[in-house]
Amino acid sequence: MNAPVSDSMPSALHGVLHVALVGNPNSGKTALFNRLTGSRQKVANYAGVTVERKEGRFAAPSGRTIRVLDLPGTYSLNATSPDEAVTRDVCMGRFDGEARPDLLVCVVDATNLRLHLRFVLELKQIGLPMVLALNMCDVAARRGILIDTDKLSQRLGMPVVETIAVKHRGTEALVRQLDAALPDLPLAPDANADLHVQVGRLLSDCVSIPRRTAQIDDALDRVLLHPSWGLAILTVLMFFMFQAVFSWAAPLMDGIDAGVGWIGTAVSTLLPDGPLKSLLVDGIIAGAGSVIIFLPQILILFLFILMLEESGYLPRAAFLLDRLMVGAGLTGRSFIPLLSSFACAVPGIMAARTIQDPRDRLATILVAPLMTCSARLPVYALLIGAFIPQRTIGGWFNLQGLVLFALYIAGIVAALGVAWLMKALRKDDTEHALLLELPSYRIPHPFDISIGLWERATIFLKRVGTIILSLTVLLWVLSSFPAPPADATGAAIEYSLAGRIGHALEWVFAPVGFNWQICIALVPGLAAREVAVSALATVYALASTSDDASAQLLPIISSQWSLATALSLLAWYVFAPQCISTLAVIRRETQSWKMVGITAGYLFGLAYLASLLTYQIARLLT
Amino acid sequence: MYYENDSYLPFELRSLMRLSELPHHAAATVLHVESAGEIDSIAHRLRDLGFVQGEPVRVLAHGPFRRDPLLVQIGFTRFALRRAEAQRVHVEPAQA
Repeated sequence: MNAPVSDSMPSALHGVLHVALVGNPNSGKTALFNRLTGSRQKVANYAGVTVERKEGRFAAPSGRTIRVLDLPGTYSLNATSPDEAVTRDVCMGRFDGEARPDLLVCVVDATNLRLHLRFVLELKQIGLPMVLALNMCDVAARRGILIDTDKLSQRLGMPVVETIAVKHRGTEALVRQLDAALPDLPLAPDANADLHVQVGRLLSDCVSIPRRTAQIDDALDRVLLHPSWGLAILTVLMFFMFQAVFSWAAPLMDGIDAGVGWIGTAVSTLLPDGPLKSLLVDGIIAGAGSVIIFLPQILILFLFILMLEESGYLPRAAFLLDRLMVGAGLTGRSFIPLLSSFACAVPGIMAARTIQDPRDRLATILVAPLMTCSARLPVYALLIGAFIPQRTIGGWFNLQGLVLFALYIAGIVAALGVAWLMKALRKDDTEHALLLELPSYRIPHPFDISIGLWERATIFLKRVGTIILSLTVLLWVLSSFPAPPADATGAAIEYSLAGRIGHALEWVFAPVGFNWQICIALVPGLAAREVAVSALATVYALASTSDDASAQLLPIISSQWSLATALSLLAWYVFAPQCISTLAVIRRETQSWKMVGITAGYLFGLAYLASLLTYQIARLLT
Repeated sequence: MYYENDSYLPFELRSLMRLSELPHHAAATVLHVESAGEIDSIAHRLRDLGFVQGEPVRVLAHGPFRRDPLLVQIGFTRFALRRAEAQRVHVEPAQA
């Protein structure tokens, strides 16, 4: 643990102002943070805990640097989750390794003051200079909400500025305020005073509100939360999302594919034959290329998730599914971590921090790896492309899309089953809370969506650039050495280390129909699922007796594998915990190796069982 | 039963109706939140979120499975509350 950095001298004296954004969830705090700092953001974790830490900086008009910390959204200093505890401890200067902020910017939604002002009053007791940012004041004005900011400022004892986080120049007043001298400390409220009563007085004196709710929210909720219409719309949305991931990405993927092929050819004509050319063309270009090609799908999936999140729909989905998920031993809140896990289990498992109840949280973490993450998509896409005919069913359903949908459903059903089993096995059945806020609907802003997408794209490309690329090179070494003897008759890879490992594993996987090439690909695929595709590409590129390294993987496997083998491998990938990062994040989030062991054990068990059943049944039927 | 902050309420007011029993769209005001046990963080959080005496409250909808959870409007905000959570909130229906 680091020593506290905070000292008695505020960093403002050194020229850098250290500001923290605090506020309720759904106050538009992160949009404000994006607007202030743009792309100059650093995303990491708070020391010792796995709460996401977002920091950025910008230069004020005076030239002074302002560091902004985006603290996790919080309802109360009486923390009920690790996120809320971080916010409380950082504000109080009690968090090891975090300097205490010089100034708190309390972000409140101007249309939700009844709830948000209570937290502002609570924050006054911690003894830091404060500024109130009345966010979304454009929406408030449209709803006819009038706020006397001068009076509010005087009554609260702190400067009040209006902000519109989603508008260019919407933060100018806030920046001017931050650039000015630090405001005086607000007077601490009477410890015995009822904050709700004070909020009531502030509202009746400073704010005029024609209507408590937005008409549009009432109308939308009547439809979207309707017991049958709501569920139908949710199903259609999810279905459309997965169809789009497959069909919209296709032209982009063809483009990337052509580009990678062109680079491979160009490099191989430039270089002389030998190990270097083989490493570059067969190892690095073929390997990395076959993973980068899935970037469009991952980004489209994230685009949907981000839009649903920004629009306020995700908590509605949690509302609709809560009872169902409680029945399975989860909570409606698990919906958001589990939906994120469709992109990647790592952020999904980390998002489980927002579940206050430790038991619900653990159950969510343990089943999150069953959600079909985007790293499985390369494997699914390859196998579906090779074995499922491109056909239209019932007029407009794409058969390949339907199979993909079925694989997603298989993961979901398995997750519900496993969670239900865990619930049945454990003794403790005390109550846990939902208490989920359903925020006003908002039109997602392209600026925030693009920052979110940019974050995802860089995370994915960093993985390609580091773990995946180095494993691809390692696999190339394993597959190329030792070189075959001079009188060799088979493909070179059969004599290499990888070939030997693959052959050794073959007897384990023979009952599920995996050949030795698949077994080799499973070894580096333990580190990350999508590596299996590049591994297969490498194995087959090197194993083929022709020199044509850019030969497409797809026709090779569709001619060499049986349908039963392909289906068995699909079933394997629904369950197998082939992702070191997921296991590492489970260790970090649960602080327990036992949980890692349980997760890996049950997932491998399920994977083998599912593959075995699939292979044997498919062989009987074909 | 243990009542935090609200033990001064006259007994007749304490159990007029629970939020979980309130018909949809019926106007009501919160009387108090009942704690289940000595330390009830759920009840505490409900109070922080605005379920305090005199606050207008309304049930707007329920979830599709077993009529759970409830969509509750309190102040300017909507919350999804499970029935067990809504049961802690005692309300007084508005006079028609």
